[in-house]
Amino acid sequence: MIRTAGEHALLVETGALEVSHRLDAVLRARGLEGVVEIVPGPETVLVVAPGADQPRLRARLGELLAEAREPAPGTPSRPAPKDVVTIPVVYDGADLDSVAALAGLSVAEVIARHTGRELVVGWLGFAPGFAYLTGLDPALHLPRLDTPRTSVPAGSVAVAGPYSAVYPSASPGGWRLLGRTSVRVWDTGADPPSPFRPGTRVRFEPA
Amino acid sequence: MIEVLAPGPYATVQDLGRRGYAHLGVPGSGAADAGSLRLANRLVGNPEEAAGIELTYGGARLVFRSGAWVAVTGAPCPLTSRGAASGMRVPFWVPAGGEVRFGAPPRGLRTYLAVRGGIAVEPVLGSRSTDSLSGLGPEPLRAGTVLPVGAVGAAEPISVDLAPARSPGPAVLRVLPGPRDDWFAPGALADLCARPYEVSQDSNRVGVRLRGRELARAREGELPSEGMVTGAVQVPPSGQPIVFLADHPPTGGYPVIGVVATADLSIAAQLCPGDEVRFTTRPAR
Repeated sequence: MIRTAGEHALLVETGALEVSHRLDAVLRARGLEGVVEIVPGPETVLVVAPGADQPRLRARLGELLAEAREPAPGTPSRPAPKDVVTIPVVYDGADLDSVAALAGLSVAEVIARHTGRELVVGWLGFAPGFAYLTGLDPALHLPRLDTPRTSVPAGSVAVAGPYSAVYPSASPGGWRLLGRTSVRVWDTGADPPSPFRPGTRVRFEPA
Repeated sequence: MIEVLAPGPYATVQDLGRRGYAHLGVPGSGAADAGSLRLANRLVGNPEEAAGIELTYGGARLVFRSGAWVAVTGAPCPLTSRGAASGMRVPFWVPAGGEVRFGAPPRGLRTYLAVRGGIAVEPVLGSRSTDSLSGLGPEPLRAGTVLPVGAVGAAEPISVDLAPARSPGPAVLRVLPGPRDDWFAPGALADLCARPYEVSQDSNRVGVRLRGRELARAREGELPSEGMVTGAVQVPPSGQPIVFLADHPPTGGYPVIGVVATADLSIAAQLCPGDEVRFTTRPAR
């Protein structure tokens, strides 16, 4: 279903994150006329296109959504492994011990499970460059802190619910801190300003 | 160069915002009342997207270190240049050393000053706008801030003497239903449009928070995070709607019952705490 989001935007329901990522990729590759923002979410892609011919855009998005739902055999759903972003982590976070205790694991097992899987950027939000990394080991799925910290340093590597993240800049935050990285994940002087975009594959490794 | 002697309650540099970075979590930002900034720029011969100054509740004092053509639009406020009364929506020359003072607007919230050549602070991600949500762009203005002015070479000749003011009608915002109107109880849209809402004190460049009839949901649970547009009428669990303005978060998890018409965003951006505002689903005439 394609929903109307005001005069200048359409909200495409994809129903699944992988479909959102494929539709995002195809929309960026095709460069549809008048489109100024493409914002993938877990089950949607928002397409902002002021001045575009709305009925035509809607029809075109319908076709591209069908393609994204049933990709041609052999079409990779995500970028090739060479595009994996590796994030070295010093595992000395303030919540590392309590995460281990809550998960019923040793600290070494927490680190092994955090580094043991390739994660995928689901979408970005909350703050510029803040990527929700999906695919986290279920043993590390823990609720947010009851009381968020008033300031979490940039580069903090954290988990909350089914996600992991790297804080792109210092901000308040309720995620559980496992460690820190020296990789800058947000730099407005760089192009692009973030190594992450929806669909980027990410692997953490002990620094 | 323009030196800020006093910024008033809240003042920032704004252009038409950052485009193309919403998928990285970057708000669009830009002038809350973009129509007024565009007009001010046209009056001084700038491209519409040039950066100007957005004042909140007026109250600023600016001194010009070099002479410049300026124009002031948006919320009308008493205006003096070198001690003499000056007009809104009319280009005027401020000589070197001249001071421009803004009083408090009797109605409306945001006043814009465009200067021929544009405010030339360093752009961040393609825009000179201060983003109050993420902190991108220049700091809000304070006493002592010095703002560079761009070269006037690229500017068009000044060709308009005065832009007529539109009489302020009652604040009515036209909404296009959706994208999540089906998350609300039948009649919620009618409820939204039935009676005026009051603008809350917590309103800012992120959104206009409203108090009035609660909008009942038909569905419980959370909406998976999805892209949000400017003008979205988002309804948190309190049932009290919020109209998103320029610095709104690019994604959100509360359902949007409708989206305010682009032409009416200027009206939304000029609403003051305590003002009443109505919604209608009638299309534009």
